Amino acid sequence: MKKCYINGLGNISAQNTFETDFLEDATVNNSDNVLYAKQPSYKELIPPAASRRMAKGVKMGIAASTKALAEANVTIPDAIITGTGMGCVEDSEKFLKGILDNKEQFLTPTSFIQSTHNTVGAQIALGLQCKGNNFTYVNGAVSLETALLDAKIQVETEEENTILVGGIDETAQHTLDLFKLVSFIKKEEDAPYSVLNSTSKGVVFSEGTTFFTIENTKKESSYASIEAMKIHNSLSVNEVGDFISNFLEDNNCEVNSIDAVVFGNNGDVQYDSYYDVSNSLFKNTAQVYYKHLSGEYNTASGFGLWCAAKIIKNQVIPSILKMNSVEPSKLETILIYNQYQGRDHSLILIKKC
Amino acid sequence: MAKRIAITGMGIISSIGKTVEENYNALIHQKTGISIIENIETIHKDVIKVGEIKLTNHELEQLLNLPKDNNYSRTAMLGAYAVQKAVEDASISNINEFKTGLISATSVGGMDMTEKFYYEYFEDEACQKYISAHDAGDATHKMAEYIGLKGIVTTVSTACSSAANAIMIGSRLIQSGQLDRVIVGGTDALAKFTINGFKTLMILSDTYNTPFDNERKGLNLGEAAAFLVLESEEVVKKQNKKVLAYVSGYGNANDAFHQTASSENGDGAYLAMQKALKMSSLSTNDIDYINAHGTATPNNDLSEGRAIVRVFENQVPEFSSTKPYTGHTLAAAAAIEAVYSVLALQNNVIFPNLNFKNQMDEFNITPQTTLKEKEINHVLSNSFGFGGNCSTVIFSKN
Repeated sequence: MKKCYINGLGNISAQNTFETDFLEDATVNNSDNVLYAKQPSYKELIPPAASRRMAKGVKMGIAASTKALAEANVTIPDAIITGTGMGCVEDSEKFLKGILDNKEQFLTPTSFIQSTHNTVGAQIALGLQCKGNNFTYVNGAVSLETALLDAKIQVETEEENTILVGGIDETAQHTLDLFKLVSFIKKEEDAPYSVLNSTSKGVVFSEGTTFFTIENTKKESSYASIEAMKIHNSLSVNEVGDFISNFLEDNNCEVNSIDAVVFGNNGDVQYDSYYDVSNSLFKNTAQVYYKHLSGEYNTASGFGLWCAAKIIKNQVIPSILKMNSVEPSKLETILIYNQYQGRDHSLILIKKC
Repeated sequence: MAKRIAITGMGIISSIGKTVEENYNALIHQKTGISIIENIETIHKDVIKVGEIKLTNHELEQLLNLPKDNNYSRTAMLGAYAVQKAVEDASISNINEFKTGLISATSVGGMDMTEKFYYEYFEDEACQKYISAHDAGDATHKMAEYIGLKGIVTTVSTACSSAANAIMIGSRLIQSGQLDRVIVGGTDALAKFTINGFKTLMILSDTYNTPFDNERKGLNLGEAAAFLVLESEEVVKKQNKKVLAYVSGYGNANDAFHQTASSENGDGAYLAMQKALKMSSLSTNDIDYINAHGTATPNNDLSEGRAIVRVFENQVPEFSSTKPYTGHTLAAAAAIEAVYSVLALQNNVIFPNLNFKNQMDEFNITPQTTLKEKEINHVLSNSFGFGGNCSTVIFSKN
């Protein structure tokens, strides 16, 4: 069986991750409860006429995927697999608003056409003329992880050799308003917000996209290999320790061979206890967090995997990501754990290659 | 295919019945489920026909025995019902006995509730419970909870090929050893969102849909859910279980032509069928029946028909579309038709393509229009979706 390598990355997020290497000008915004993506200029990537019709998620996806492919020196991948928790909410809202406000009359198809969850993957395929298999997963916080797991199996078994994988989530106003209504998003009065030691409900919401060129050959551009992955629908807080221990055991890995662990803490006081393994199992392990930079969205874990891959490649944990003061002796094996609202737990184990 | 994937259970709810038997009886007695819409208030009521399940949300809640304060969307209820039936059919008593997963497919997810309460959410606290039921994954989580499944739970959404792709990833997870057993399928409820969407695309027929007919006027939307239990051969042997049929090959390809229209020569469809045949190690003349996507839109049937001719040349086997019975059930369609493909294998019968009258000008292949009994060993089923997404799954008796 072949191995699974991350050979290229592209990331657009609330930080300027598209034009910098690794969070050089990252800043923590603790006053806004919604962080919008810092979008690059699309002029060179998408013809302006097409760009005007595209929602933010599609444009971000095209830009980030272009970068991920270029880094790995790939022109056309064998397959494209995307993940999105909420899908194309901008066009969905636009079309639904049209239906409701105009009593099902005077509608045009454009936003309906672009509202399907696989729009980003389809538009990338159309642009690249990529006729390979093209999947989209839509399952909350494991949307991207399912895409990665699928890609990992396919390259390991040589069903395909090069797969473009990406997670995309965009914000849209009505959905944000609804999430505020039910306190999925933190209240204004709870500012300033913090991800660690938070006492308030909900999260600082955001959007972004991370693309990965996944291949079964090691290249000069390789960041790391994905050794193992696991996704699980729901756990209670006290099951997390066993969930992680069993995963490590299944993959012949000891806790003390993990050089750093990346946690998905998002500052929601109701659910961050899922990461309490930071005080037990991983007490003596270097810990990384990132959602104070990326904000929370269903595919934010892509930002976390991007950080882990960059840490291995650059052999440094930027201080802005450090969750504790443990200094690792080496940076070769990293574990990433994420969940959202107690559902959609995922573990990814990556190694220096 | 390296390891065969066994199908050991099926569950279905569609406009032609809420059991596998009811669906089969409607198919062989040529009884359509297409009717006038009752459960959704829409201005298009009199100019469209739909494959609607004649149960209200309240009736579905009772059928599922859900608590009063539940926040199941209609999509989730249909899905939970079909998943439960599939699990029963596979005689599974302990769902977590083996490494078991659930892969659903949906295009609308909880949109049926979102469109009902979009503005009301801000006025009435009582309906706010449905806010978290909007995203596609929520319905799948509810189905998993409903049957007590703990493990890999995820959702595919590639428009109208979604459920075929759920079958593919499910099979792949078994072949790679990630799972021993997986429940795969799809669910989609009718919604104003999709009715109006297809209406603006001007591909909704004002009468009964007529796949592969020269005068076809478009599709009828439908709603349905269907799930199959897939198991590895090892697990089947261990339990000494009856196998209904096997998944023997699959393929997905992208047409890379247009976001909603299929290419004139059906490149994506051609590639998907070729890939599936290759994986199954079958040749074209091993295929005894094609369950076509056959939506009855001018574009799909031309593109699909041409692709079929390209693959099978002058030996096209009997083919039919079952959309005249159920309507186009979007992300659930490939799961519905997977159940029908297995029924064709089990009963050695080809279901007639209803409403066909006029031969298409562009080619000389004609769908099977009468019930035909014949030894059937391999069925090829097509499903195509927006975004150029083309999928083929091959089901085999042995």
